[in-house]
Amino acid sequence: MRIALAATCLGDAMFPQAPTAVVRLLERLGHTVVVPEQQACCGQMHVNTGYRRQAVPVIRNHVRAFGPVADGEWDAVVVPSGSCTGSIRHQQSMVLDRAGLAAEARTATAVASRTYELSELLVDALEVTDVGAWFPHRVTYHPTCHSLRMLGVGDRPLRLLRAVEGIELADLPEAEGCCGFGGTFALKNADTSAAMLADKVRNVTGTGAEFLTAGDYSCLMHIGGGLSRSSRAVRTIHLAEILASTRERPWLAESAGGAPVSESSGTMRSTPAGDASKGATR
Amino acid sequence: MTAEHTAGTSSTTTFLGMPQPADPLRWGSSFPEAARRELGNDQLRRNLGHATSTIRAKRAKVVGEVPDWEALRDAGSALKTQVMDNLPELLEELERNVTARGGVVHWARDAAEANRIVAGLVRAKGTDEVVKVKSMATQEIGLNEALEAEGIHATETDLAELIVQLADDMPSHILVPAIHRNRAEIREIFLDRMGDAPPDLTDVPRELAMAARAHLRRKFLSAKVAVSGANFGVAETGTLSVVESEGNGRMCLTLPETLITVMGIEKLIPRFTDLEVFLQLLPRSSTGERMNPYTSMWTGVTPGDGPSEFHLVLLDNGRTRVLADEVGRSALHCIRCSACLNVCPVYERVGGHAYGSVYPGPIGAILTPQLTGEPSDLPYASTLCGACYDVCPVKIDIPSILVDLRAREVESGSAGRGWGAAMKAASMVMSDGGRFRRAARLGRVGRVAGGRDGVIARLPGPGAAWTDSRDLPLPPKQTFRDWWAAHEREGADDERSGGDRPGSERPRTGRPGTDAPGTESR
Repeated sequence: MRIALAATCLGDAMFPQAPTAVVRLLERLGHTVVVPEQQACCGQMHVNTGYRRQAVPVIRNHVRAFGPVADGEWDAVVVPSGSCTGSIRHQQSMVLDRAGLAAEARTATAVASRTYELSELLVDALEVTDVGAWFPHRVTYHPTCHSLRMLGVGDRPLRLLRAVEGIELADLPEAEGCCGFGGTFALKNADTSAAMLADKVRNVTGTGAEFLTAGDYSCLMHIGGGLSRSSRAVRTIHLAEILASTRERPWLAESAGGAPVSESSGTMRSTPAGDASKGATR
Repeated sequence: MTAEHTAGTSSTTTFLGMPQPADPLRWGSSFPEAARRELGNDQLRRNLGHATSTIRAKRAKVVGEVPDWEALRDAGSALKTQVMDNLPELLEELERNVTARGGVVHWARDAAEANRIVAGLVRAKGTDEVVKVKSMATQEIGLNEALEAEGIHATETDLAELIVQLADDMPSHILVPAIHRNRAEIREIFLDRMGDAPPDLTDVPRELAMAARAHLRRKFLSAKVAVSGANFGVAETGTLSVVESEGNGRMCLTLPETLITVMGIEKLIPRFTDLEVFLQLLPRSSTGERMNPYTSMWTGVTPGDGPSEFHLVLLDNGRTRVLADEVGRSALHCIRCSACLNVCPVYERVGGHAYGSVYPGPIGAILTPQLTGEPSDLPYASTLCGACYDVCPVKIDIPSILVDLRAREVESGSAGRGWGAAMKAASMVMSDGGRFRRAARLGRVGRVAGGRDGVIARLPGPGAAWTDSRDLPLPPKQTFRDWWAAHEREGADDERSGGDRPGSERPRTGRPGTDAPGTESR
């Protein structure tokens, strides 16, 4: 298949390890990956914060960048984010329609119908659950609200994870509870967000997992920020990074961001692998 | 509760409640500020956490055993859509049928008008005491306070509503208004305020219930007038219905000589048989019961049976404005089950009082600003996690309405200062691949903000709202786009030659996987 990758703005600028892992994974599975240069962002932040007018150019840019999929130039668009996929599927055409851009709204609908969140692409479109990955670590999975409820990915991510060689999956208590991120909610209602985060961090650390994984780096950024602050040695890792990891090319700490393994108050924190990496400083 | 509460005297003020506001739809401080205050109340957090998780589990169990639950939701949603599409005609049909069966219909544009009508009807009966069935419509218009100002005392007869009333408090939940109270607090409230509570009252639930029962029985037997709300009004027959658990409603609806029902105009259903759908959806969604203990229905008056006089007050109070809104109008489909409150992670943490309205939680966040038509920060009081939409028995897409209301806040200029400029700048950057690439590269400059532990632990200005409780990772050394450019140049076959991994310049030590066989060859 020829698959266009929507890296997401956050993935491109802050967490390149996720889109990088998607490229490695899909190429390993024998597919051709295309990264349209014109892409930037899906517009979700603007729409969900109420800036619909400012979202219009962002969405038009996304629809232009990925429009060729509607004409059959590529077979699918993959997005390593549940919430961005949700916005593409449920918001883009509505916003364009309201802005009086009926033709572009139709293109947006056509693009959205060929756009998949990563676990959807693998399980539904590529019909694969065992991708040949190897990740010998204890991992817990947070389903993320938009993957779970807006997209309804169900147990697809877990089916993919269960097929990973060497992995030890730990159940996350109250897994379906929101982590409190909610985009600008984390800033506009910081206290409530922090209270929700504290509960999520407590549940994650209680699993004894070395890694917390999810299909969305926005939620992982939030929970990872809380884990890092609470001095817990749990790292965050995108589902794509686990699936990209093999015996031949194992996952590398240096290529990852998320909850950085770090020193705090002069105390060296232990990392899952024992020896401490200094994160991405210097 | 602590020993001082259970062993203390009855005159403590630990149960101080939320004072009665002038407007039941707009009170208190901003949501973020009120939420911060409520989050500091550990007792409240425990009471709420316990109560909501219990009721969530009960609901999930009884909903799970209905094989056609999704079809029922679809039916409920379709019926309510039909009602909103034909509201004027259906209301007139209801009026005709109530009148034909001996009832009197009154129309109230707003709270003040509704309160005037009810007070006038009570005064005309020559009494200064009424008993009340729990009702959100009368909470919304502040009826009890309006009657008090006219010298008429209204007694709430629902147990939880009685607790709230005795404590001079405000409800914090649509269905269980005293959810913020535990039994030790309730004991104190009864001892201090009920007047006829046994002096040796303990906090055993049965004892508390029996004390309230004895107190209320005297009221039921003496009251000449009762005031109720309505869960449903059937246009086809003129039948009104109240759904309840304690039997207090049945007492109020049958014992007094005069019954006055205040009903929001959206509570209509077209046909009597439509009750079949809603009487399955409502109890399972609200109390987590297969069927509620008491479902009362009455049609006008029946000589020799129940009240001899029946008045129906049809309340608008902003509903027509909501109906005019294409997106927001489905908020009027709400049947006040409160399932959305019980699953909401925000409500669970902050409780109902933080919303500053008798309608709290997710439904309150879309209903309150629409009913008042005024600027509000409630549409932002949600992470858009979608749990409310999943459980709504009439499928109100609350997250989408929240997003729409946010847009209205922004477009009317009432959104926070500073946000507009930031969003405009972000829109510029995020609407072009080239501009975004340059900005993302610039983001690496942010790396200087990091401490030696590789995270940003303190941001200035508005960013502090993030870093007060979370770290932020440093931007990577290489954006994905730049990695991709290098990856493409080298070709997929030659990707082991280095430079193909973001942030890969440093020696690779201490990484997970290095102890494993088949470590990456370099």
